[in-house]
Amino acid sequence: MATVFPPEFAALEPFADWAVPTEKARYAKRIASTMDELDAFYNTAFPLLRDGTEYLQGVSMADISEPDKHLLWLFCALVTVAFSVEAWRQPRVPDTGAASIDAVFEPAV
Amino acid sequence: MAHFKKPEAGSWTEHLKIGTEPVSYEDSISPGHYERERDAIFRRTWLNVGRVEQLPKRGSYFTKELDAAGTSIIVARGMDDEVRAFHNVCRHRGNKLVWNDFPREETGGVCRQFTCKYHAWRYDLEGKLTFVQQEQEFFDLDKERYGLKGVQTDVWEGFVFVNLDDENTVPLREYLGEFAKGIEGYPFHKMTQAHKYRAEIGANWKLFIDAFAEFYHAPILHAGQYVSDEARKIQKYGYEALHYDIDGPHSMVSSWGGIAPPHDRSMVKPIEGALRSGLFGPWEFPDIGVSTDDLPPAINPTRDKRWGMDSFVFFPNFMLLIWRPNWVLTYHYWPTSYNTHVFEATCYFVPPENAFQRLQQELAVVSFKEYGLQDGNTLEATQAMLESRAVGEFPLNDQEVLLRHLHQTARQYVRDHEQRTA
Repeated sequence: MATVFPPEFAALEPFADWAVPTEKARYAKRIASTMDELDAFYNTAFPLLRDGTEYLQGVSMADISEPDKHLLWLFCALVTVAFSVEAWRQPRVPDTGAASIDAVFEPAV
Repeated sequence: MAHFKKPEAGSWTEHLKIGTEPVSYEDSISPGHYERERDAIFRRTWLNVGRVEQLPKRGSYFTKELDAAGTSIIVARGMDDEVRAFHNVCRHRGNKLVWNDFPREETGGVCRQFTCKYHAWRYDLEGKLTFVQQEQEFFDLDKERYGLKGVQTDVWEGFVFVNLDDENTVPLREYLGEFAKGIEGYPFHKMTQAHKYRAEIGANWKLFIDAFAEFYHAPILHAGQYVSDEARKIQKYGYEALHYDIDGPHSMVSSWGGIAPPHDRSMVKPIEGALRSGLFGPWEFPDIGVSTDDLPPAINPTRDKRWGMDSFVFFPNFMLLIWRPNWVLTYHYWPTSYNTHVFEATCYFVPPENAFQRLQQELAVVSFKEYGLQDGNTLEATQAMLESRAVGEFPLNDQEVLLRHLHQTARQYVRDHEQRTA
């Protein structure tokens, strides 16, 4: 299988399906996942984000490469998944039933 | 015990000369009252419909559905660079002029002219009728008389406003008053990285403004967003603002700093610690050419060192939040009936230079959304029970002073309009 992330982040390859380009789709994937799936993703990705500050600061948005783009999308997904893992302990925001707030415009990465 | 100083009068509510008695929300549950608001407010006042960055070049345009005012408009930048707005209606047979696929959905793009889908009548970007299909079949048709119907349009600090009242004589700047004057010069134009959200909310438009015009609810409704020690601490302290003020129909609250950056790292969630960001924004501030101490005078009006953000309500439905970490959030509440509205939120940042900054912004945006989902769903529950009319009077505390002001203002507009037209 082709790798999609920079070599330093090879451990993320099994979670390549989290490299989703839009916030709306990332949130949809989060609420369609189980807590076990979210925990597994978080447990692998979070330490790489925590220790990856310097790498990410070196990635210029002006000429971002394809592997870095995928990495950024995946970490954007981690941001949204972190709410389920760190705060809610469930995929959906509690007491939000059918409520939705949808991204209608966001910066292209 | 108060943690922040209140005015001499003893409370913000009394200081601002607003009554302290319990209030009724009949104005939020009555279809009849909503119809009166449409006439008195949404067809008469200046409404913010977007930003100039949405019209980057000559020929750029977007449409805006103004259900409460009973119309749709086209906002366009002309070949002379002027921003204009028109009612989105063809002068021939009344078809909606600009739309794609679904007539009630908003659209935008770049064009040289507007062509009606029905009979191909064409209008230039200044609204002039330039082409009539089989013109010779008409009877003495004077094209000069059939241009698009214009709407009063003006721009304040890059925010595009329209006023649907042809007889309106109050200029935009005068309408926006002292707060707007005191914000002028803030570098909104540097914050071009926009994330925009939209939600259909099952509640009266004023009830959602209420939810964001007080932070008394934050320690309770949003408790789960904090690590548990912090949640307990915040609930014990409750919430007090630094400052409240009103200017005619508009109002503002100035708030302390929250967590950007936090004084105690243990009070933030792991993702916030890793990205050095959160609801209040990235802990490192981008350079916007002006320091926190030198912001325009209406922002952090008390010049308090603990300042974190200001939230302005420009009546009727435009909320502008300016955050200490140099970013901006706007809210708009577009009524679609007495108990529904479309809510829009847009986060504006200085464009990120690197991937880390991009993620810091993502965390601020997603935090807003998680909070907003809690707020939005609570509102549907509130609307439903207010409509039961089982209870008709509700007390409001001093940290909810802006709610009283909003509802009083809206009712006053309805009364004044009815007196004028009686």
